[in-house]
Amino acid sequence: MSVVDNAGVADAPILELDDVGKSYGNVHALRGVGLNVRQGEVTCVLGDNGAGKSTLIKIIAGLHEHTDGTMRLDGVACRFGSPRDAQSRGIATVYQDLALAPLMSVWRNFFLGNELRRGPLRILDIARMKRICGEELVKMGVIIPDLDRPVASLSGGQRQCIAIARAIYFGARVIILDEPTAALGVKQSGVVLKYIVKARDAGLGVILITHNPHHAYLVGDHFVILKLGRVVLDARRDELTLEQLTTEMAGGQELAELGHELRGADQEERRK
Amino acid sequence: MTAAATEPGRTEATRDDRVAGRSLAARLLSRPEVGSLVGAVVIFLLFMAVAAPFRNVANIGTILYGASAIGIMAVPVALLMIGGEFDLSAGVAVTTSGLSASLIAWNFGLNVWMGVLLALAVSLAIGAFNGWLLLRTGLPSFLVTLGTFFILQGVNLGVTRLLTGNVATADISDMDGFAAAQKVFGSEVALGPVTLKVTVLYWVVLTVVAAYVLLRTRVGNWIFAVGGDAGAARAMGVPVRATKIGLFMAVGFCGWVSGMHLLFQFNTVQSGEGIGKEFIFIIAAVIGGCLLTGGYGSVVGASVGALIFGMTQLGINYAGWNPDWFKTFLGVMLLLATVVNVYVKRKADLR
Repeated sequence: MSVVDNAGVADAPILELDDVGKSYGNVHALRGVGLNVRQGEVTCVLGDNGAGKSTLIKIIAGLHEHTDGTMRLDGVACRFGSPRDAQSRGIATVYQDLALAPLMSVWRNFFLGNELRRGPLRILDIARMKRICGEELVKMGVIIPDLDRPVASLSGGQRQCIAIARAIYFGARVIILDEPTAALGVKQSGVVLKYIVKARDAGLGVILITHNPHHAYLVGDHFVILKLGRVVLDARRDELTLEQLTTEMAGGQELAELGHELRGADQEERRK
Repeated sequence: MTAAATEPGRTEATRDDRVAGRSLAARLLSRPEVGSLVGAVVIFLLFMAVAAPFRNVANIGTILYGASAIGIMAVPVALLMIGGEFDLSAGVAVTTSGLSASLIAWNFGLNVWMGVLLALAVSLAIGAFNGWLLLRTGLPSFLVTLGTFFILQGVNLGVTRLLTGNVATADISDMDGFAAAQKVFGSEVALGPVTLKVTVLYWVVLTVVAAYVLLRTRVGNWIFAVGGDAGAARAMGVPVRATKIGLFMAVGFCGWVSGMHLLFQFNTVQSGEGIGKEFIFIIAAVIGGCLLTGGYGSVVGASVGALIFGMTQLGINYAGWNPDWFKTFLGVMLLLATVVNVYVKRKADLR
């Protein structure tokens, strides 16, 4: 594992988005988005529903191609034609629905699509897959009683961790986490956040998509807030407090206006 | 990058002592085929007790023959169900295959083997068509194959009547190549008092090969994955389309084996045959522990399901019971098997 100096801003970003936009016909889902993902850093992308978070991930994950601007991987302009293409260049995405088959065992899921095989008959090397899977999970502090268990019998946090461990093991350099804590309880969220820190310390560039500023502020190094397809805030952790982030995320000015409006309506109501 | 990504051989990570395995009993009970094995033993003991001819060793061949006729199709149907799809056209497709071989050879005066080979092409094409249409339209396989079921049923009757003026194909037993083809698809071998049909061999071989593919190869992993969560499988780079079409074609291939047996056993094929068989195949697969929703099941279980079918079918006759009730018995078996499977699975998973 490489030791990464988190303070070193000098190292070049692995993945760089410059003025990236995406239009579906005449609908501009994303406009002029800039994003730098550095090794050993957690970049948080926040935004309300419909802010363009999903479109942004889909571009980076290779599901959609951007229509404006440039995306650079290691300084070279690139486009990903498919999720497979993005994966082979070291960009792994852990989707909200986790990409785990619920009734398959832990180790079968871990190696799904990348099965290890041996011998002239190319049969599955089950012993080796189980061993590696167990080692990788233990290394990240995930306790699974039995690797033959179907993943459906595990908790949401454990499943999230398996998906993340798998992405790391298969050589991801940039890992995109789509709302990893959205469906989890407080304790499970904690497990996943700890895991995100471990992934960062392992030298990965982490993109954390979330609408929870509290979770983002706990682990993030860099924050980008999207609103209606545009970047409305782009700040490093030391330039920002949790309060500012929460206010920005909640809509700041809009929220204040909404407050006035509601109070006004309330008074109207009382006057009647 | 983590070190293990480059050195998978390292074993320095110690096993966590909290990682306890489940007991052997729980592991065995959580296998999908357990319900069917228990059922098979119960049915076997039942008929051993009540039906005297069932105890006659010579009848083993007859029972296994009945089981093999279902088993050859139950195996690929189980694989398909694990892969998350149905094939309601499987029963009629067997007839289509037999008819094709016979009609092609007879109508064009070809060597029987030419008919056999072209029938294979027809069977694989039907499977590929089912899979292609399913993926193309995104409709549930229940609907797509229900469509094929009716189409084939009509084609079987229509084409046969068109070419022969009859509802069955002409006897082809005097044609070139018939004797050799009959050896391959319709022969039997005597082992002491037991006479075994060649279909029993095919059934066993298919079961072993399919179980091996499912549990020990990459393709098997893909089958479980496309049935369990096709979206997840696609995201992990599994070729979902190819896997599903391949499964439908496997059903086609086995339908061809079955159809050829039908042809060379009776020299002629009735065009109306095979209707309703598709449900028997599905019942065998479900008794064997396959979930209707896909992603879970066993090939061996499906074969045991076919064995239960064979034993019941003959056992009822041997016991002198009224065979009118056979289908009722089958329905009860299906419900019992499903309930037992769900119950056993829940118990075992909790341990």
